[in-house]
Amino acid sequence: MAIFGPRANLFMNAALLGVTGAVIVLLLAVWVVPVIGYNTQERFAPQQPIPFSHKHHVSGLGIDCRYCHTEVEKSADAGMPSTAICMTCHSQIWTNAAMLAPDRQSLATNTPIRWTRVYTLPDYVFFDHSIHIAKGVGCTECHGPIGDMALTWKARTLYMSWCLSCHRDPAPHLRPRDEVFNPHWQRTSATPSGAALMAEYNIHTDNLSDCGICHR
Amino acid sequence: MRWRRGIAIAGLASAAAIGLAACDNMANQPKLNPYELPYGSQAQWPVTPPPHVVARDQPLHPPAAPPVTMALLERGRQRFDIYCAPCHGRFGDGNGMIVQRGFPHPPSYYSDALRNAPSQHFYDVITHGYGVMYSYADRVEPADRWAIVAYVRALQASASATLADVPPEQRSALQ
Repeated sequence: MAIFGPRANLFMNAALLGVTGAVIVLLLAVWVVPVIGYNTQERFAPQQPIPFSHKHHVSGLGIDCRYCHTEVEKSADAGMPSTAICMTCHSQIWTNAAMLAPDRQSLATNTPIRWTRVYTLPDYVFFDHSIHIAKGVGCTECHGPIGDMALTWKARTLYMSWCLSCHRDPAPHLRPRDEVFNPHWQRTSATPSGAALMAEYNIHTDNLSDCGICHR
Repeated sequence: MRWRRGIAIAGLASAAAIGLAACDNMANQPKLNPYELPYGSQAQWPVTPPPHVVARDQPLHPPAAPPVTMALLERGRQRFDIYCAPCHGRFGDGNGMIVQRGFPHPPSYYSDALRNAPSQHFYDVITHGYGVMYSYADRVEPADRWAIVAYVRALQASASATLADVPPEQRSALQ
């Protein structure tokens, strides 16, 4: 009786293919699955109590980011608009719109609207909006084309590697302070170079990627 | 030998289980974050603060009007364009974008009544609101209110300005 039967080659090839396939699947699971949009929730717009459109309010009406996100220049948190801020206009216009019913109910019952968070960081990450604003990082650097979003979706992974890509080389992501809140800003030939802005804002990269900058 | 390996595997497995559990605990720490309720809480915070509650850095007395400087006017223009221009328009004529979309028309800053009104009037309107205008006390800090008042005064002055008011070296830019 032969040790290797007539189908030994077939079994061997199948085993080799199977092992190779298993290794490929494992590598995909380790390196690809964590960064696909399904996992990072990139381009994902969660359902909100009111289908608020930045596209209408920012690009259509020209309202500045800071009209509603009042704390963004002076606080770690950008600040979500209170019901009163919505009602500054909507006490007079679109007063019967069905989609604004949660707003009116919030005002009548004195309970805040509960929005669904789109951008969330783990509690071991310290992030401060105000310092990024002060150093010329525009809103759209992290929030993507927020001024053209009909519903707010997450534009970046918020992975640590993504944070570090800018902390190690901030120059291409900087803009003049006047343009930080402009959702359609584009770098032109007249824009000061990234290096010039780094010098103007006193940005030094030698400690920007230290652990303690974000994990404190 | 075999039982040793078994213990090692069990130890590694329990360490991994503890490690995985710890991952989530660190991401959701028992501390209060803005706009976040304590973990598991169903409490509701009121929209308006309880009576007699003041912000931590709120000045006890309203500040007096600061001297008008170019920096104050620039700050005033920036804040005006953010908070006032949507209704009052960037020139203060009351034809802002929200008014074009149906909001009641505010009075123009160039009316005699508002040109003659004391500066304190503008400050008080920002603080307390007026007519259908809501209070902006929660959005515009007291110092910024005076900056906006100074800028509104500059807008009013600009309406009756003549070429003779412009410094000679800058006249050519307007002609």
